Order: sequence, then structure tokens, then C-alpha cells
Amino acid sequence: MLLGDWDLVVIGGGPAGVAGALTAALHGLRVAVVDAGARLGGQYFRHRAAPPHSSTPGFGRFLGQVRALRERAEVLTEHQVWSVTRQVDGRLTVHCAARDGGRERPVALGCRRLLIATGAHDRVLPFPGWDLPGVLTAGGAQALLKGHGVVAGSRVVVAGTGPFLLPVAVGLAEAGARVAGVYEAGGGLGLARHPLRALGKAGEAAGYGVALARHGVPYRTRRAVIAAHGEHELEAVTVARLDRDWRVLGTRRVTCDTLATGYGFIPQIELGVQLGCDTRHDADGSPILAVDHGQRTSVPGVWAAGEPTGVGGWRLAELEGRLAGLSIAAAAAAVAATAPAVAAAAAVPTAANAPVPVPVPVPSVLLRRRRSARAFAAALLEAYPVRSGWQGWLRDDTLVCRCEEVPLARVREAQELGATDARSIKLLARAGMGWCQGRICGYPVACLAGEPPAPPRRPVAQPISLAALAAFDEDGTRTEPHTTEDPA
Amino acid sequence: MTEPFQITIDGHPVPVTPGQTIGAALHAAGRRSWRTTRFGGRPRGLFCGIGVCFDCLITVNGRPPERACLLPARPGDEVTT
Ligand SMILES: Cc1cc2nc3c(=O)[nH]c(=O)nc-3n(C[C@H](O)[C@H](O)[C@H](O)COP(=O)(O)OP(=O)(O)OC[C@H]3O[C@@H](n4cnc5c(N)ncnc54)[C@H](O)[C@@H]3O)c2cc1C
Ligand code: FES
Repeated sequence: MLLGDWDLVVIGGGPAGVAGALTAALHGLRVAVVDAGARLGGQYFRHRAAPPHSSTPGFGRFLGQVRALRERAEVLTEHQVWSVTRQVDGRLTVHCAARDGGRERPVALGCRRLLIATGAHDRVLPFPGWDLPGVLTAGGAQALLKGHGVVAGSRVVVAGTGPFLLPVAVGLAEAGARVAGVYEAGGGLGLARHPLRALGKAGEAAGYGVALARHGVPYRTRRAVIAAHGEHELEAVTVARLDRDWRVLGTRRVTCDTLATGYGFIPQIELGVQLGCDTRHDADGSPILAVDHGQRTSVPGVWAAGEPTGVGGWRLAELEGRLAGLSIAAAAAAVAATAPAVAAAAAVPTAANAPVPVPVPVPSVLLRRRRSARAFAAALLEAYPVRSGWQGWLRDDTLVCRCEEVPLARVREAQELGATDARSIKLLARAGMGWCQGRICGYPVACLAGEPPAPPRRPVAQPISLAALAAFDEDGTRTEPHTTEDPA
Repeated sequence: MTEPFQITIDGHPVPVTPGQTIGAALHAAGRRSWRTTRFGGRPRGLFCGIGVCFDCLITVNGRPPERACLLPARPGDEVTT
């Protein structure tokens, strides 16, 4: 099914996508927002179903934005985008798999402009036993709590690197879990000299510190979980003391039924890469979409905001969303000013009395706020680098790729056969060839190959059922990701 | 739909709070794995929790495997392992 000819389709209903969609809709553009999840909110504003409830700062305002958005735009949840194609004339088609009761149904949206606001996912490092049930990503534990009211376990260890470990641990402790410890691989200074303080967020760091102390949760730096133990489920972890390169100095065992682990975030940029958008490396080496001051990518008609343009948290994501919305509205207005005929189509109002687009200046105060928020984000990324010593935590039989069950030994074997880069390792050892398409093991494999992670090339961003693909054919739309088609 | 309801896993009832995914409901009920891997036969359940890792693939009402962490639970859903 091919739906409409939208002025703007926004992929992702987190803080960036919602702010961008609402801003553009308020300027009279016909907007559709698609999100794979059942509710808008993205990761930070993830919330329970009914009544929508969250103690998350900013949540009330976000719900207000969502209400305003629903009055002015089409909101399509449970729509997972697996490909975006672009024609020579610049028209874009967004291919989704929509959940319809129990079935997957293909939906394609035609549009003139696209905002990629697909967020990020946890970055994880492999270690022996990391595939035992009970080992979760830090974001996964947070998602269970925020989205479902489910406390991930009763005795929990939180480990990894980055400021995100703190809210995860505090959330779990406040929800009733016994948090046996927070193990931060970086730092060395402890909470009293936490980088958040140096960056002028002393209040935030102190708040977490107080909450952890109240629940008797120890916070230790230069510590990491380097092995997980258990028969069928997690029963204990090995916590190691690390040197500054994360080599093991000593170990002890900590009993727990759940581990929440994360080493920062990986921006989800594959839809932009599919379209040919330029990428660059962020402060931590992550490939991100390159954008200009108006959040415009290198591909005409395609904007990006939030984590895909650099990990920086929800406030920066929302700010970038607003800037993208303004820049998109300005582009639509420019079209309207130069070519009335095209303009009529480019900016069909949602209702007869909706405003006709007018030139939209981007306020310099927003640009200044974005500059300082980005500087803060870059400083945080630099304060929490991933050090190479983690490679020494692996044993020959440690799975590097969970999907294809590829152990370290097979990666090393491929390297001995001459696979010097991550791509050849993938081809020879099959690491990254499974269901997740290398989303989980791509980073560690790149590290093992000694190269920075490359932009992800996934012609189909999400595995899509054969039935849904077949239905595309029946509807006369083509299934190859890189073909052009008429969205009319 | 605001009343709690049930789904089953291999015939055993699992309580669900409306709005929960099948993965969240199973994890909350202490059920932490529901499939084994192809080669090593290793147990798998939730890992990323947001649809990225595909560890949580699950068979519901006999349909092809889907991600339990994304799949909203519906009254009477039957999970088989
Ligand atoms: C699991 C997880 C939990 C997190 N929890 C917190 C937290 O509690 N506190 C905090 O400060 N930060 C948290 N973060 C960091 C978070 O990334 C940012 O704070 C913030 O949510 C970023 O906003 P965003 O709009 O850029 O992206 P997001 O909020 O991530 O929103 C992106 C949206 O895009 C959708 N999407 C992605 N790909 C597709 C696709 N192909 N088709 C359709 N929809 C798609 C997703 O479903 C999601 O709703 C978390 C990150 C992760 C990965
Ligand atoms: S837990 Fe990772 S996809 Fe469901």
C-alpha cells in the first residue's frame, strides 16, 4: 500500500523526531511520523501504556508536544522502516513493515523531504558468558523499567562505561532491585570527581551520588565485568580491577541474577547510508551522518537529527529536531516563493485554513545552544573512551558474534588466513552475517581488526518477512532497495 | 484494554499488564529464555530490549519467529518453545 505524498516523513518518534515533526507541522507542512515502537517517546521518553506515566524530567512537556502533533500530523506507530529509496527527481519512498494485529503488512510512504531521527542503540563489548540469559544491555534494562514497569532482576550488577550507567543503576535501585555495584571501567576518580562535575553538571552527578548512597550501592571506577557465569542463566560475574588500558589487575566474584552492561551508544544511521548521505566520525570514532547548521545531510531533501548525527542525549536531540523542523519549513517556503505551482504541491495544508509556509529564520539562540550542547557531548565522549585492554578479557571460545555463534578463535583464524580488515573477517568467519546484521558485533570486530568502525551498509535495514515482500510485489511496488519508483 | 490478562508459554499461564511486550511479560514472570541457538544450543532471551539484537526471537500463535521485545502481548497469545 502506498500512502500519500507527504511534505515530510519523519522516521523515529523520540525527542528529535517529535520536535522536528511538530515544528514542521506548525509551519503548515503535511507531516507523517513513523516509529517501530508501540508508543512515541523513543528511548528517553519511553513510558508505560495507560495511563501514560513517567517521572522522567521533561516528560510532561513531551506529552504536550505529542498531543499537538497528533492534531496536525499522521502518527504511524508499529511501523518499522526497512528501506528508503530516492528517485532522480528527488522524490523519496519510505518502505515500512507495519504490524497489523498479528501480521506484517507492507506500507510505503511517498514524500519530498525526510527527517532521519532513528536514535541509537547500546554499544556492548563481548566477554566470556555475555550471551547468558540475565545479561542485558544497560539500555535494555532501562527500557524494561520505563516501558513496562519490569525490574530487570532482583540482584543486579551495572557495568560498562559512561554517564548512562548512573541513571540505570539509580532507576533499578529505586524500583526495588538490590544493586550489588556499579562498575565503571573508565575514570579512576570516583563520583566525587565525576566528569559530569567538571562539565558543569555537578548537581546531576551529586543527585545520582546521593541516590546510590541512599540505597547502599557501591560505585567503583577502573572496574569491569570480564566474565559471566551460570548454567542456564546468570548466577555470578567476575569483576576485575583494571589498569588505565583496561588490562586486568585482579578479580573477584560477585553473585547476581542480572547484569546491565553498556559501553556508550552506537548511532543508527543505516537509512542515511542507504541513501548515500555523507558520514563522518564522532569524537568516539562512531560513524555518524554529517549535517550542516540546518541539520541537512549531503543528500538533497534528507535531514537528520538526534543521535544519528552524534550521541548527545535527549536535550540536544530535541534541539536538533527543532532546528531540522525550522530548516525543513524554510526549504518548503523557499520552494513556495520561487515556484508557485510546485509550492502548491510542496505545502498542501492539513486543513483548508492551515497557514501557507512563510520564510523561516533559524533563531541564532538555538544555534548557540546547540553549539554548547555539542561541545558538552563531545567532552563526555572523550571522558569515557573504550580502551583496548578489553580484548584480553576474551578466551578462544568466547562468542564474538552472538547470531552466527562465531568464537574469537574463528576470527583469529580468519585473520591468519589473510583477513586483515573487518569486512574480510566478516566474509571468512561469518561474524556479522546473522539476524542483527552486525549491529552488536560490528564494533568489537572492527576493534579486533584494528580499524575504526565503518558506516553500516545494510541494503535492507530490517529483516522483513517474505510474505510482506511478496505483498509489495502484488501492489506493484518493487522490492529492491535501490530502485526508483513513482510515489504518486 | 486496561485489565491485566494472560498469555501462555507451552501451556503455562503468564500474567500481562496491558501495554507490555511478550518479552517483558516473560522476563517479569522469571522466564528468561525461550529458544536455543542453532549450533551451540545455548539458551536465549532478552538482551538489547529494543529490537536490535534478535536474541529474543519467539514463536507466537504458530507464526514465524518475531522479536519478543517489540511484540505487544495480546490476550490469549500462545507462545511455543
Ligand atoms: C535502550 C536505550 C535506553 C536509553 N535510555 C535513556 C534514559 O533512560 N535516559 C537518557 O538520558 N538517555 C537514554 N538513552 C539515550 C538516548 O539515546 C537519548 O537520550 C535520546 O533518547 C535520544 O533521542 P533521539 O530522538 O535521538 O532518539 P530515540 O529516543 O532513540 O528515538 C529514536 C526512535 O526511532 C525509532 N526507530 C529507529 N529506527 C527505526 C526504523 N528503522 N523504523 C522505524 N522507527 C525506527 C525508534 O523506535 C525510536 O523510537 C537510551 C538509549 C538507548 C539505546
Ligand atoms: S532483545 Fe534484542 S531484539 Fe529483542
